[in-house]
Amino acid sequence: MVDLLRRLARDPKGVVSLVLLLAVAVAALAAPLIAPANPLLQSLPSSDLAPMASAPGGTIHWLGTDEYGRDVLARVIYGARVSLVVALGAVFLAGVAGATLGILAGFAAGPVDTVTMRIVDVQLAFPTVLLAIAWIAFIGNNLASLIAVVALSGWASYVRVARASVLALRTVPFVEATIAAGASGARIMLRHIAPNVLSPIIVLATLQLGRAVLLESTLSFLGLGIQPPTPSWGSMLADGRAQLDTAWWIAAFPGLAITLLVLGANLLGDALRDALDPRFEQRHV
Amino acid sequence: MQGYLTRRIAHSLLALIGVTLVAFVFVNASGDPAALLLPGDATPAQAAELRRSLGLDRPFLAQYGLFVWQAAHGNFGTSLRQQLPAAQVILTNAPATAELAVGASVVSVVLGVPLGIVAASYRGRLYDWLTSVFVLIGQSAPIFWLGLMAIWIFSLELRLLPPFGRGTLAQLVLPVMTLAWYVSALLTRMTRASMLEVLDQDYIRTARSKGLSWIPVILKHALRNAAIPVLTVFGLQFGELLGGVVVTETVFAWPGMGRAIVDAIDARDYPVVLAGVVVVATMFVAVNLLVDLSYGLLDPRIRYQ
Repeated sequence: MVDLLRRLARDPKGVVSLVLLLAVAVAALAAPLIAPANPLLQSLPSSDLAPMASAPGGTIHWLGTDEYGRDVLARVIYGARVSLVVALGAVFLAGVAGATLGILAGFAAGPVDTVTMRIVDVQLAFPTVLLAIAWIAFIGNNLASLIAVVALSGWASYVRVARASVLALRTVPFVEATIAAGASGARIMLRHIAPNVLSPIIVLATLQLGRAVLLESTLSFLGLGIQPPTPSWGSMLADGRAQLDTAWWIAAFPGLAITLLVLGANLLGDALRDALDPRFEQRHV
Repeated sequence: MQGYLTRRIAHSLLALIGVTLVAFVFVNASGDPAALLLPGDATPAQAAELRRSLGLDRPFLAQYGLFVWQAAHGNFGTSLRQQLPAAQVILTNAPATAELAVGASVVSVVLGVPLGIVAASYRGRLYDWLTSVFVLIGQSAPIFWLGLMAIWIFSLELRLLPPFGRGTLAQLVLPVMTLAWYVSALLTRMTRASMLEVLDQDYIRTARSKGLSWIPVILKHALRNAAIPVLTVFGLQFGELLGGVVVTETVFAWPGMGRAIVDAIDARDYPVVLAGVVVVATMFVAVNLLVDLSYGLLDPRIRYQ
């Protein structure tokens, strides 16, 4: 772990990604401490103020205010919470379920494998966004259903990656040896296969974190995410859309926040792949 | 080849049937369409009559079987909101979506593949670095944000292009470019990675050392071999592209299929939802089938068995 962090720290991608993700995590955890204002506080005299402008009372709104006079910076900081909770929850759920299914399918082979992979094909034939919209229309849009929907749209890739790694591992001498020695299927999967499948799964999970953030914000943008007035980046963008001609900052900053968080996740995924697989690094850098 | 083709088409059909089954379970579970259609003061007898005329009183499997049978004949029932065949509601919007998707795909290939080739050829240099910035932004920025910022800059501030609507070529520019950024970023990244893999091969060194200049080596020896993984990923990502189409259509008020499906989901207009899901899934499956079949054209060593 320490070794991994050291390798990440040597990679510029790793450093940038850790800084970005840390910044978003701090914003989410310490929002009440660092936000300059209450994100829900409306004040009609100071509506649609431009960035850096000061309100009639003298307070400065660094990123401006929205239609209801709410501080955009405070809302961007609080908005990190919804995005992070949904994305982390969804990636965890999808990762655990998908990897377990993939290991089972790869190890069991035969009909179990065939049926699982056909289901994966069906899942992958559905456009993610449409599937998510349909699910939300069906089960409603609270935090738990958002996490479930985002997880549901991501599990199939883990099955593929885990299964492919298991198939490759099955013919490796140390696994063949444990099979020959008579170890039980469960023991082989848990003790010998799972730890070796972990690193491709972690890389995939990091990359999927970015996709989960994008999907959550897309749903919020379409009005299917967390309901107002709770600030979320996607719904802030939807609010800003109507006022693009008079108040560009309402849409611009939450979008920038989404981009930076997704960028952090994507860069970390790349850096982790290089750090966990030295062979890959030699060939590709 | 024929055996392979039969098996591959059978798999595709199986996936499509699975998609329709899931979608069918969905719309059946999400509420009683008859209740949505009836006026508030309808009698139970009227409700039963409507349910019977819609076929909703039959067992689930019978309903599904009938749906598949009719769908195979292009009949998805009648839209509950508009008095039109459901397939027609989707298909009248198809040309608009096709314009967008084809436009974005063409721009992405024209932009993404050369960018990826040049980035791989100048690995580690300034140009490679600039390309990776383009790729990272394209893969990280949400499409709806790029679209809104494009409207703000090019339509509202600079007044160069119309912000929405469909009809003129100028109205096509912003939506196509917005969608193309994401897709071309993906293509650039894949082309670069795949080219790097190929450029290390012995046959490239041989071609270079026998005196061929760089450009024919890249175009004839490297690109063709690098194309297979690029195509594969493009096929698998086609679903993402279709999702991007839905969002792009929303941002630019583009009257396409994606919007029609989202509106139908909102209104619980289930024949239209099912028709839309089937059309979209068919497109995805067909694209991936074409990708698989193109392997043999790109690499004659591949035999379909």
